[in-house]
Order: sequence, then C-alpha cells, then structure tokens
Amino acid sequence: MPELHSAEGTSKKPVSAHETGPEKHKEPAAPQYVITAENLTKTYGDVIAVDGISFSVPAGESFGLLGPNGAGKSTTMKMIGGVSQRTSGNLTIMGLDPEQNGPEVRAHLGVVPQQDNLDEELKVRDNLLVYGRYFGLPMSYLKPKADELLEFAQLTDKAKAKVDALSGGMKRRLTIARSLINEPRILLLDEPTTGLDPQARHILWDRLFRLKEQGVTLILTTHYMDEAEQLCDRLIVVDKGRIMAEGSPAALIRDYSTREVLELRFGSERNASIGAELEGIGERLETLPDRVLIYTHDGEAALEEVSARGLRPLTSLVRRSSLEDVFLRLTGRSLVD
Amino acid sequence: MTVLTHGHAVTDEARNRRFGPLYSRNARAVIGRGLMATKSSNWMVMLSGFFEPVLFLISMGVGMGAVVGSVAGPGGQEISYAAYIAPALLAVSAMNGAVYDSTWNVFFKMNFAKLYQGMLYTSLGPMDVAIGEIFLALLRGLLYATGFTAVMGLMGLITTPWALLMIPASVLIAFGFASFGMGITSFMKTFQQMDWVNFIMLPMFLFSATFYPLSVYPEYIQWLIQAMPLWHGVELLRQISAASFTPATAIHVGYYLVMIVLGLMLTTGRLRSLFLK
Repeated sequence: MPELHSAEGTSKKPVSAHETGPEKHKEPAAPQYVITAENLTKTYGDVIAVDGISFSVPAGESFGLLGPNGAGKSTTMKMIGGVSQRTSGNLTIMGLDPEQNGPEVRAHLGVVPQQDNLDEELKVRDNLLVYGRYFGLPMSYLKPKADELLEFAQLTDKAKAKVDALSGGMKRRLTIARSLINEPRILLLDEPTTGLDPQARHILWDRLFRLKEQGVTLILTTHYMDEAEQLCDRLIVVDKGRIMAEGSPAALIRDYSTREVLELRFGSERNASIGAELEGIGERLETLPDRVLIYTHDGEAALEEVSARGLRPLTSLVRRSSLEDVFLRLTGRSLVD
Repeated sequence: MTVLTHGHAVTDEARNRRFGPLYSRNARAVIGRGLMATKSSNWMVMLSGFFEPVLFLISMGVGMGAVVGSVAGPGGQEISYAAYIAPALLAVSAMNGAVYDSTWNVFFKMNFAKLYQGMLYTSLGPMDVAIGEIFLALLRGLLYATGFTAVMGLMGLITTPWALLMIPASVLIAFGFASFGMGITSFMKTFQQMDWVNFIMLPMFLFSATFYPLSVYPEYIQWLIQAMPLWHGVELLRQISAASFTPATAIHVGYYLVMIVLGLMLTTGRLRSLFLK
C-alpha cells in the first residue's frame, strides 16, 4: 500500500510563496487543546440543534461525536469550520474564533463533509489543484502534492477521469485526499463512511488510521459504533443536541454497559411479554421490538440459565458489549432507527 | 519525517493574513476555477448565450426591419430598424447574462452543486467567492459584447468608431445588474422565489424602449420606464452606437455607477446570509 510519505523517501518540504523567519509572525503559544467548545449552542428558529455542549480536543487525538441522525453532529462540525454561526457559547480552534478568523482557522482544517461536494465540472486531479488554490497555495507546491495524494487515495490511474465517473468509495477517497491538500492539523470528517460498502469502508479506515499515526487530529462524526470504536481515542455521545456521556470507547462500555450481551429472539409476538420470565438473569434487561438483550458479565452462563428455566429462544447470540449498548442505555433508543 | 507533520509553512502563510472573517484576498482562485470549468465543460453554454441576441437581431432587425423600414435614430437621423434595435439587444443581453450568472447560477451552485460549500471550507471567505463570481460574469459579458459588436459590424450596422465604446458600456451595465442580483439571491430560499426574477426581467426587456421609442407611451408610463435600469442601458448603448452624446449620456452612466455601488453594498451586507447559515 502506498504511504503518504513521498514515494522517493525524501520528505518534500512545501514551498511557501513567502518563507518567513520563525519570529517574523508571532505564533501564539501552542494551545494545549486544538479545539475548545464551551456551552456551544445553535438554534434554527425554534429548533435547538446544538444545546450547550462543551468539549476540548488535544492535538493529535482522534475525537468522535457519536449519535443518531439529527443529534446536532453536523451542525457542530459546521460551527467548527466557521461556516455556521453559533447562537451562543464559545468556540476556539487553534486559539482562534472561527467566526472572526474564518480564513485563518480554515487554513488549518481539512473538511470531509457528509455529502461529497466535489467539483463535478473539473477532472479528478484538477479538483485537488483548484482546491489547493482556494488556500492560496502555489502551483509549484500543489502539483507534486496532488500526485502524492492521488497515490494515497489509490486514484492515480483516475487522475484525468471525470468526477461523476468515480464510484462512491472513490469519490469519498478523493474528498479525503482533497481535504489533505493544505496539510491540515485538524481533519473534520462528517459521517465519512456512510453509504459505502464494507470493503470501501475498511480501505478508508486504513487511510484515516495512517493520518492519525502521522499526528493529524481527527474529529469524526458517525452513527456507526464500530467506526467509533475503530477510530476514536475518545468520544462524546450526543443526542438531541446534548452530550450524554464522554470517554474512550472502552471506558464508556465499562461504565454504561456490561462486558457481554446475550441477545435473544423469541419472535415479535413474545419478545415483549417474555421479560417477566427472564427476570433475574444478568444485570439488566432491555426489551426491543425484535429482540431481548440481557446485559451480563458472562453471556454463556446467562444462556444456560435461560435454558434451565425452560425457555426456548428462536435464536441466541452472545457478543461483547458495544457503543450501541452504551447509546441504548443512555437514551433508551437505538443509534440507527 | 512525514509530509503531514512538518512545519506547515504554507498554511501558516495563509493563516497570517488578517483581512477579517469574510475576505482572504484570493478571489483569483475562484476566477481560476471558473476558467478551468469553462474550458473543460461549460463552453457550450457560453456559445448559446452568444447566439441569443444574434438570433433576435436577425429575426427582429432584418425580418421585422423589412416591414418597418427606417426609423429615427437617437440624434434624429434616419437609421435602419436593425441599427435601431441592435444596441438595445446588446443591453438586454448584458442584463440577462449578468442576472443569470448572479442569481440562478449562484443559487444552483449554492444549493445543489454545493460548490460554495466546498469553497467556504477553505481559506476563502464569502467575499472572495462573490468577487470571483461577479468578475467571471463580467468577463463573460465582455466576450459576448465583443462578439455581438463584431456581428453588428459584419451586418453593416456600425457607422462610427465610437460604437466600440458599446463594449465597455455593456460591461458597466452587466456590473450594475450582477452586483444587485447576488444581493437579491441572498433573500431567495426556493426555486419558486427565483422565478420572481424572471417575472421582473421579462417586462423590463419588452417595454424598456427596446423595440420602439419611449414616446409611444403616455407620460406617466414614460416616467416609470425611465426609472428602470434597463432603459438607461438601452439608451446609453443606442447613443453610443450613433455617437450621439448628450447630457443624458452622463445620467445613464451615473445611473449605473450608483446601481453598482448600492448593489455591492447590498451584496456585501448580505454575504453572511448568502453563504453562511
């Protein structure tokens, strides 16, 4: 697999139009956190999309916003990018307010929006070049950089293709490649793998993981718990614009769920009424329309207990707890409705 | 060492600019994008925009002109009907092109192609995008005006070198409409509302002394027409085409200068509503 490092093994230092001495422009003292949000709120008319959330992200962390559709994740991302104005609260990115210093803040951001917004009127490689021009970057830097990123996104042989000739996964990779053209310190990824098939998702995860290894701060929204578990060091669970919980995936599972889950299906008729007969097995019982979940430290033992009580589920499955269970516990609802 | 973790000298350069949240002095990147897109896919659209006034000129000027005969020109001299309406058609085409580019085109790129969404996630500010798009609209207007003036020359409708001034005057007219159009688009939410733009443009096209002199109207209608921007454009180009300059010429030019200033003020004030939600 191609590395993002340049192929020749030498690091290509980007050419700045005006290379300035280190002291000429005073760099603000490196903030401990690259993103700090305090009581961030956004309302659209009567609708409260984001309801007073606070979080901080240190440099190099992979930080996730997990929640169902409509939880306020994308709105939060837009406020971070300075393309949506917050209603109240404070927000600083690299020590700057994105509303007051939009262009400066975004010079450090790479953005992968929920829906690809590639320039359909331009060819694949031109998309990268033109996007780099939006950052004011010189062509002498952009041309080798574009080729390098096409390699990274495994799109080198599509360089001259039209954008609408690409598959969904390729478009997504091109969007990610595009977001890296300015060597961002923070990469915002809004539902990066929604709508992709499993193979395309894994390729993408691999690419994102490499970026993380290189020290890029990743901010990621997702409603896939496996994605959050794979990619996030730490995450907040968001529902209806509020933070329900915060922590690493493992800590959240430990705090809000049990080690294992026994899933039982008794058929849609009986799932609701079987609860009483399962009373006392495991630590907690959750009844969903299509199945019953028993939260326990030992799934196999719980299953034996179910059999011992003479209950015969149609199917049974013992699995490890996931963030899905955390979300269910916190909100009483599933992530993907 | 990896490409992603060293000095970030390039983006620091961009970061150290201080021109407020709306502008990063990089409209040329938007213009560059427009030119590249035109080269690779939009040139057919450009071509159709050139032919529209030419077709009008042939059908109305030559066809209708055969019935109408000659009419009184701006200085009172006898000119062919085609020579009478040609400058008016040029003014209309400058208006149409500028309005289309600054309303429908902006609306589409904003809400459907999501083009600006991508741009605004870069170092570009809304003002870079607005300036770039208006510049592209004017560039296109310049090309059309040059082409149309050449057609007029080929048809023998140009009798004075002063007529070449129609080209910059067309750009002036386009600038007036484009600067206003983008501000007006910021109030639009749906395609239905966008149709109001056409609802205003069509009567302006038909009644702004485009095909016959203003004197056919009763006086109060004349005042109404004279308040409209297109009438000033039509009269300006008609005067230039015949090198028949009067104090009114200055009023027409002044009308557009005021329109440009007011339009840019409106658009600038509405940039956040237009591009940031």
